Amino acid sequence: MSLQLEQCTTTAGTFHLGPADMDLPAGAYGVLMGTTGSGKTTLLELIAGLAPLTAGSLNIAGQPCNNARPADRQIGYLPQDGVLFDTMTVAEHLEFAPRFRGWPKAKRIERVAELAERLGLTSLLMRRPAGLSGGERQRVALGRALAGRPKLLLLDEPLSALDEQMHSELCQYLANVHKDEGVTVLHVTHNAQEAELLGTHQFRLEGGRVLTKS
Amino acid sequence: MSPTRPGSTGDKIFFGTLIALGVAYLLLVVGMLVADASFTTPAAIRSALARPEIRHAFVLSFATATVTAMLSVWFGVPIGYLMARRNFRGKALVDAVLDVPIVLPPMVIGLSLLILFQTGLGKQIEAGFNSLFGVGITYEVPSIVIAQFAVSCAFAIRTLRVTFDQLDPRCEEVACTLGCSSRQAFWHVVLPSAWKGVLSAGLLAWARALGEFGPVLVFSGATRMKTEVLPSTVFLELSVGDLEAAVAVSLILVTAAVGCLLLGRLLGLKVAQ
Repeated sequence: MSLQLEQCTTTAGTFHLGPADMDLPAGAYGVLMGTTGSGKTTLLELIAGLAPLTAGSLNIAGQPCNNARPADRQIGYLPQDGVLFDTMTVAEHLEFAPRFRGWPKAKRIERVAELAERLGLTSLLMRRPAGLSGGERQRVALGRALAGRPKLLLLDEPLSALDEQMHSELCQYLANVHKDEGVTVLHVTHNAQEAELLGTHQFRLEGGRVLTKS
Repeated sequence: MSPTRPGSTGDKIFFGTLIALGVAYLLLVVGMLVADASFTTPAAIRSALARPEIRHAFVLSFATATVTAMLSVWFGVPIGYLMARRNFRGKALVDAVLDVPIVLPPMVIGLSLLILFQTGLGKQIEAGFNSLFGVGITYEVPSIVIAQFAVSCAFAIRTLRVTFDQLDPRCEEVACTLGCSSRQAFWHVVLPSAWKGVLSAGLLAWARALGEFGPVLVFSGATRMKTEVLPSTVFLELSVGDLEAAVAVSLILVTAAVGCLLLGRLLGLKVAQ
């Protein structure tokens, strides 16, 4: 699923982003870098439909999405800090998107088991976020974003706050997911090494505009 | 001048003053409760409760307070959520209006309700209610619930707004990206996370409603075996000089209010936030 932004602008409080242009082909792994406060999170929110598009056009898989509801964009969004639902168990998090996208029960159970195994969460399925470590929470948030088999995965610093071993494991996992599921990814990071390792396309956000690096 | 060091004389005077003021207020509250308890006996309470008019007031008070608490939560949840999440023109004014019942003198609330139900619209509502349920509003039992609700709902809204303010709005946003509508995100993500606040608001509204006197007296009257609630009983018994009965009923109200607070604490709630 491709992603195109043409002269997109948005406003969040006093912050103004854009006009931003971006072209991410279907199946690509885009990495977005930029200084703190440059608007990387706002750009992801704009693509996810959580920030209003004040001008320009946004296409996902060739379809105009300027006014599409977040639920209809077929995206998986992993915000900074994970933002888990504190009353739900790990299993309920993994089942969340399939449930609200109308998957049958058997298929949902199968998907939860598959993701739990791949993310090393099988023994934690009945735990709630309060009983998880930082790395475990990050994996649950990633699993929740992936569970509904989105066509476009938006990751906001998914590997921050992880220890070195977990960082390298999840990095490898993201590379595998991208390869196996053919999902298009836009990944925000501050880590140049991470960007080099994962990105097929690199972007930099400066002065509210997106610069294509490669 | 040198800065004050921890444990210095300045610190001791500062914290000593704070503690003295705190202890003085605590003594006032505890003193009132102890005075009430020591003024009456279990026999006096039993004798008060044996009187049919007080039993009627007891049942009516608990029933109307429960209905009021449910109504307050029912209205308070959507209003509190809207005020916490949405920005709109005139929000500051709406916010101030929502707090009006908290700052208005209780008698004025009762009088305002009485006047409202004497207007053309109020009379139409009353007539419609009468034809639907076979009972009027003013000086009838429904007026007790309306009078209690006018005040209690404001407290419920305030508690619920604080609750929703403290919940991360990104939870709903993430839920929406995962396939939920705003309604589904509210029911499946927000409300389960807010259950403590909802329960707190319900308990606070119930306690407020149980103790409401001014608006009920003006809008519903204090007719024995009809619209008399426990606070009205205290007033009526005092006015006829039966201090023992008044204190016995007061103690029932104190026990209910303290029980409500304790239940909230047991459930880990902040009932009076």
